[in-house]
Amino acid sequence: MSEIISPTPGAESTPQDMARPMLEINRLTKEFGGLRAVNNFDLALPRYALHGLIGPNGAGKTTVFNMITGIYTPTSGQICFKSQDISNMEPHEINQMGIARTFQNIRLFPNLTVLDNVRIAYHPHAGYTMNDSIFRNQRYSNKEKELTQKALEFLGVFNLQGRRDWIAMNLPYGEQRRLEIARALAAEPQLLLLDEPAAGMNPAEVVSLMDLIHFVRERFNLTILLIEHQMRVVMGICEHITVMDFGEVIARGNPEEIQANPRVIEAYLGPGAAALSEKYKRGKA
Amino acid sequence: MNRMSRSTLVFLIGAVLVFGVTQALFSLEILTSFWSTIIRTGAVMAIVSIGLNLIYGFNGQFSLGQWGFYAIGAYTAADITWRWANNKSADGLVVMLLVTGLSGTAIMFLRAKLARIRGLDALSAFTLYLTAMILLAVLSVFLGGFITPAVSGLLQALPTALSMQIVFFLAVLIAGLIAAEISFIFGLPVLTLGSDYFGIATLGFSIIVKVLLDNSDTMFGFVEMKGARGMVGIPRLTSWFWVFLFLFVVVVVTRNLLRSSYGRAIISIREDEIAAKAMGIDVAHYKNLTFVIGSLFAGLAGALYAHINGFLSPNTFNFIRSFDPMIIIVFGGLGSITGTLAASFTWALVLEGFLRLWLPEGFETWRYVVYPILLLLLMLLKPKGLFGDYEIPFLRDQLPPLEPIAPERIEEGIPPAAIQASATTMPVKPSDNPTSQEASE
Repeated sequence: MSEIISPTPGAESTPQDMARPMLEINRLTKEFGGLRAVNNFDLALPRYALHGLIGPNGAGKTTVFNMITGIYTPTSGQICFKSQDISNMEPHEINQMGIARTFQNIRLFPNLTVLDNVRIAYHPHAGYTMNDSIFRNQRYSNKEKELTQKALEFLGVFNLQGRRDWIAMNLPYGEQRRLEIARALAAEPQLLLLDEPAAGMNPAEVVSLMDLIHFVRERFNLTILLIEHQMRVVMGICEHITVMDFGEVIARGNPEEIQANPRVIEAYLGPGAAALSEKYKRGKA
Repeated sequence: MNRMSRSTLVFLIGAVLVFGVTQALFSLEILTSFWSTIIRTGAVMAIVSIGLNLIYGFNGQFSLGQWGFYAIGAYTAADITWRWANNKSADGLVVMLLVTGLSGTAIMFLRAKLARIRGLDALSAFTLYLTAMILLAVLSVFLGGFITPAVSGLLQALPTALSMQIVFFLAVLIAGLIAAEISFIFGLPVLTLGSDYFGIATLGFSIIVKVLLDNSDTMFGFVEMKGARGMVGIPRLTSWFWVFLFLFVVVVVTRNLLRSSYGRAIISIREDEIAAKAMGIDVAHYKNLTFVIGSLFAGLAGALYAHINGFLSPNTFNFIRSFDPMIIIVFGGLGSITGTLAASFTWALVLEGFLRLWLPEGFETWRYVVYPILLLLLMLLKPKGLFGDYEIPFLRDQLPPLEPIAPERIEEGIPPAAIQASATTMPVKPSDNPTSQEASE
């Protein structure tokens, strides 16, 4: 499955100061039956990057996310995280390596409290065995206390400490998003994948979300890969953008380059749209 | 050990009181042996239902196979005590001890080895484990022949009543363990199925077990089981003390397990499997773990049941009856241990007790009409069960005593701009109140 692969086009755009990219994807392909959802997808994310992945509906963006997080196994190709091949790992192993994600339609644990949502994310680092918990020994009480204290402090960072005992599904939408991001970051990952974080948000919430993304990136020293439909968010915060259409990468570059790219405009607005937009621009000028 | 909290103290006192009062009522014969049987059956149903509640109520896996594990537990324990009571031979005990011990060790060993193989499919693992268990069972029968005389002699040296109790206690434990081991192997391939398909597969398991029991005397030569005619002559050893002890341990273990990080991992799988995976929880492992613990309880309950009436018939383990624990946990409230306890005793008292007494003579079988009507009414009036997710304080999730976060440890939170918006979007669901959203725009 993992054949030897020539240097990828994406790697050329990597800044030279970083020796190895945080995440490196080579010729990633996923087929569902006869449908090729993702075809030869390449990507290289340097440390501390904030990278956008955009494309019309059905372009295969979420499939890429699902392959990175191990929910789908790639048909072919390779995903390397911190120079280690993770393409055939289980989702929980990938998470424990330091990749966390959020989902397009928020996936909290709806009937549990806000605190428990965060405490579940700490489970791989619980620090006591099942026998400790069954016999409720000293180790259990110490570690459980430590874990809960940590979770509470963490909620404080996201300004959710007042919601500690709320049932997650009763939170307002914006706070549900915030909780989902908090939960993803609880286990201190190095790479965060955000799948349409601004979906369903009103303009005011979108602004606060952009602030939040900047904040967590600095606070946790994160590399972020972001799928988003709202151009305001993508163009506003991403340093680099990859555009997909029908499973293929059609453009790469910084926001200005992408906005001017005729292939991107045509992918979004249909054939001929690029010419029209040229005309419109000239008309305005 | 940490100091006992108030709720623990209340629970312990309550448990001792319930045990003492009931025992006194039995001893003074204020409650007849008719009621004693019913109450003990209720406790047995509580054990199997708590196991099922773990699997279905807390882990979200719809299992109809618990009745099969209950049957396995019942016949395993009955076989052991029957041989001791009627033949004065410990062969059943020795062989089954060897089977559970060796299989358990083999499972642990193989699990550690197989964990290193990436991408091993569940069916191959299943075949491997099953082969190992069958081979070890054959080996145990062979080895048992050598050890039995010594163990029999040792047990015969003890006073009869004492040796009987020892054999019984070990038989119950073995029954639980064998059910747990079988459920581990069976669960490997079956738990990869989605919830409904898992239900059908486990239902199939219950049916297979029933058919095997019907033919046990001819197919495997377990002559004492007497196949479809039913097994008689099992010593009636399940006293109120034993059922209560096992029920108590089961409740405490379940509570300690659930109110820990491991319990939260189990519950998170019910809430959202994909999110649980993405949070670093090994979903396959915890599903299997819960299934094994639930089946262990079912095996224990079966063993206790076998020694209540001293009679076992495969008809008791018909798959239709596998809905009994399912009804109990839905009736009591999915995900509520308190509800399960209450519902189990209610189930036994109402169905076998009061309805039998109150319905006019000749109409006793009508209780199967009255009882479903009661269920229908309850489901219409209280769709979340009698208790919903209510728990008595002891069984609740209690936060450990927390220190207030020291001011110097409070880190700089998210900037005010990042939270300002969510304060303006209000109520519970944005869709419920479109006006407020418009207002904030």
